[in-house]
Amino acid sequence: MPNIMINGAALEAAEGATILEAARAEGIRIPTLCHFAGREAVASCRVCVVEVEGLDQPVSACATCVREGMVVTTDTPRVVAYRKMALELILADHGLDSTSYCFSCVKNGACELQDLCREYGVTGSPFEVTHKREPVRDSNPFLTYDPNLCIRCQRCVGACNEAARNHTLVAAKRGVRTTIEAPFGEDWRATTCESCGNCAQACPTGALTEKRRTAYRSWETERVRTTCPHCGVGCQLDLVVKNGRIVDAEAADGPSNNGLLCVKGRSASFDFVDAPDRLTTPLVRNAATGELEPAGWDEALDVVARRFTELRDEYGGESLAAFACSRATNEDIYLFQKMARTALQTNNVDCCARV
Amino acid sequence: MAERFARRVRAVPPGMCPLAFELALLQVAAAQTCGKCVPCRDGLPQLVTLLEHVVACEADETDVACMRALAEMVRDTSDCAIGYEAATALLDGLETFADEHASHVTEGCCQEGVGQTVPCETLCPAHVDVPGYIACVAAGDYAGAVNVVRKDNPFPTACAFVCEHPCEARCRRTLIDAPVNIRGIKRYAVDQAPADTVAPPPRNMDTARTVAIIGGGPSGLTCAYFLALMGHRVTVFEAREQLGGMLRYGIPAYRFPRERLDEDVRGIMEAGTITVRCGVEIDARELRDIADTFHAVYVAVGAQAGKALRIPGVEAAGVMSAVELLGAIGDGAYPDFTGKRVVVVGGGNVAMDCARTAVRAGADEVSVAYRRRREDMTALPAEVESAVAEGVELITLEAPVRIEVDEEGHCAALVTQPQMIGAVRGGRPAPVAADKPERRIPADAVLIAVGQDVGAGPFEEFGMKTTWGRFDADQHLRAEGFEHVFVGGDCQTGPSTVIRAIAAGKVAARNIDEYLGYHHKLAYEVEVPEAQPNDRTPKGRVELGDRPARERRRDFKDVEVGMSREEVEQECGRCLRCDHFGCGVLEGGREQYA
Repeated sequence: MPNIMINGAALEAAEGATILEAARAEGIRIPTLCHFAGREAVASCRVCVVEVEGLDQPVSACATCVREGMVVTTDTPRVVAYRKMALELILADHGLDSTSYCFSCVKNGACELQDLCREYGVTGSPFEVTHKREPVRDSNPFLTYDPNLCIRCQRCVGACNEAARNHTLVAAKRGVRTTIEAPFGEDWRATTCESCGNCAQACPTGALTEKRRTAYRSWETERVRTTCPHCGVGCQLDLVVKNGRIVDAEAADGPSNNGLLCVKGRSASFDFVDAPDRLTTPLVRNAATGELEPAGWDEALDVVARRFTELRDEYGGESLAAFACSRATNEDIYLFQKMARTALQTNNVDCCARV
Repeated sequence: MAERFARRVRAVPPGMCPLAFELALLQVAAAQTCGKCVPCRDGLPQLVTLLEHVVACEADETDVACMRALAEMVRDTSDCAIGYEAATALLDGLETFADEHASHVTEGCCQEGVGQTVPCETLCPAHVDVPGYIACVAAGDYAGAVNVVRKDNPFPTACAFVCEHPCEARCRRTLIDAPVNIRGIKRYAVDQAPADTVAPPPRNMDTARTVAIIGGGPSGLTCAYFLALMGHRVTVFEAREQLGGMLRYGIPAYRFPRERLDEDVRGIMEAGTITVRCGVEIDARELRDIADTFHAVYVAVGAQAGKALRIPGVEAAGVMSAVELLGAIGDGAYPDFTGKRVVVVGGGNVAMDCARTAVRAGADEVSVAYRRRREDMTALPAEVESAVAEGVELITLEAPVRIEVDEEGHCAALVTQPQMIGAVRGGRPAPVAADKPERRIPADAVLIAVGQDVGAGPFEEFGMKTTWGRFDADQHLRAEGFEHVFVGGDCQTGPSTVIRAIAAGKVAARNIDEYLGYHHKLAYEVEVPEAQPNDRTPKGRVELGDRPARERRRDFKDVEVGMSREEVEQECGRCLRCDHFGCGVLEGGREQYA
């Protein structure tokens, strides 16, 4: 357990921890931009540079491991100036007017570049600002990529390859320039992209986004932590709620999903809540007309209990089967099979939760 | 492509705006980015943009400050060397070329003197018309070639044998294949038309002005030659028995045969009124007499004193400086090392000369002890290679500690401390003592070749000023505090090359002429053949061969074998005639003396 000093405070860091991890464990803030927790440190943005006593040059906190006796300073005038300059360089590449100066960007208010620039007082760039106008890749039904806003931090590449292990979204070269080959163009169906959207969640800017984002601004929403209603993995997610309605879902750092979601969890787990054709009361078929008619819960449950009892008594439990919906929780499904075995007296039990 | 690129870098034309070159280097660096990190990926292109403004003379002080701040950020925060080395290069350039940067920003143009000129001619310290004499050789006019050289350098033979040929360093032919073997071509010319068979150009009318030259080496004799052609009456005072300086008393005969040196000397003597007084060592009193008697004085005494090695045991018998050994040989006193083990200390050309001389003097074993690595030796790689081929053992990374002396007071061994090569200091890696035991190299003779000093004693007594033992002079080579005393060559620059000593002698002659109230133009009667269209086919460079090592190591005869006529024809055909094609025809496109 190396003993180190950060900003004059003595602390004991975890073995093998980076300076960033050691600082965060003690609640000391070091700004980051390309850092993507749990993935290989790319160390490309150089926003997390800190001074280490005895070294001529600052080092990146995200990619430098602590060692015994290390003395770190996170806020010298030099590193603050270098961070600011790194942001100015990134901003020059990002452009200032590609989305009408941030305000029409879907990530406005939730953009890490915007936040850091605000923190460091960067309102423009002294360097030559690009006016790139590359076409937006927009054919995927869930995801869109605007290369004009991309800062090439490669967090999306880490998300698709190292995290989701889908190996679809990669970085490529156009001569000197590095590009992100997001598979959302017209040939998106031909790619192996599963539209899981982990890339979009990783993106610090408005370059790579879920199309749903156009429905809300981040400050209009609140988040509700829940478990994905689909398969049995039990991924944790945050429902994004605006005015009482669910507008989006984001992966939370749950023990089984580690901040990732699949396309169903992210894009198909909540739209039914406000679907206009959703059943809101039980329906009982009118024996005379053959039509389904709205009914009260007591009435409907009485019908079901009576008929299942009759069938069981007449033909035996083996004539019945219980089939649960995968969107039910494990607890509900447990109770459901218990009921089938005890009340219906059948072992014919199944559930579609095997995706 | 990389080899082509490297050739283009090697052939950077002298006179090119250094900032334009910096910009090209920076652009290459920016193109090498992997595209990962912000400082390199985004910072280098921004630096390119800023430097482009500076190069185009459109930048102001604010832009330069912005460029410097960004470069420091890129240097300090880049992840890998592609980024930080590029920024370091730019920052170094801001220091090295501070004047050029200032000129671009404040004057809106390059500094005076920036502008391309013919590479070979420009880089020759004496600015010899290289394309001119190559054209003469190609046409078979060898006497013409000798006189083209002599227009700027009265030692065509010496330079044909021993010049370090800075003229070849940026030869434009490098862009196509490799530099032209300029020295080899010159050697062919003087082999066909020995310098003493070619009449120098006609001299001017006698001026009745007298000039004393102290030192009959390449610098002094060059000065004498040009002054004599101008019509002045020259007296050369030489301490040794014969003329030639280090060409006779420093460079061994197997590299430059004495009879060939004599051809140059005889050629020089034909220039006009030159009186030679050999075997005359000048003291301060005589110097005062000379200064009072002659209208002008040129001091070109060279660097004749071997630097001492400050280690115990150097007083022992058998320990000798390189200067003593080679000096004695100059007058025919060859040493006999038969059956002996000889150790030479040093890594320069003189050390190689000593080692190869020791081989020829019959030594059983000859070693060169040097405290750095073989590639750090200041000796020309070809010299080192020749020495090794002749059986010289290189013992590198060994620093002398002391000389072991036997009971009779004779040296028995050189004891050295092993070294390890370390950090680069002053442009080359410096050795540091290694954690290894001392090494004992048995030696019956130890030759010290660790540099030379001027030996300025009598001249300082006479009143001449020195810095680090070298004479102080202004840009006209006028000795500080004197009106009519000029200095040049090794005694002013420190030990250097023959061609630099020759260049100094020529400059001094011009300035003495001006001082005497003249502005002589020298006759020049060679017709240089017209340039033919370039042969652009890539070809190999014809190298001069050596006699087989096992044969040449037994005698002091010339080791080098000159080109044949067909070889010299091909080599001359590779010359791109930069005096005619490219910048050579422009006003100011050539670096020449009037």
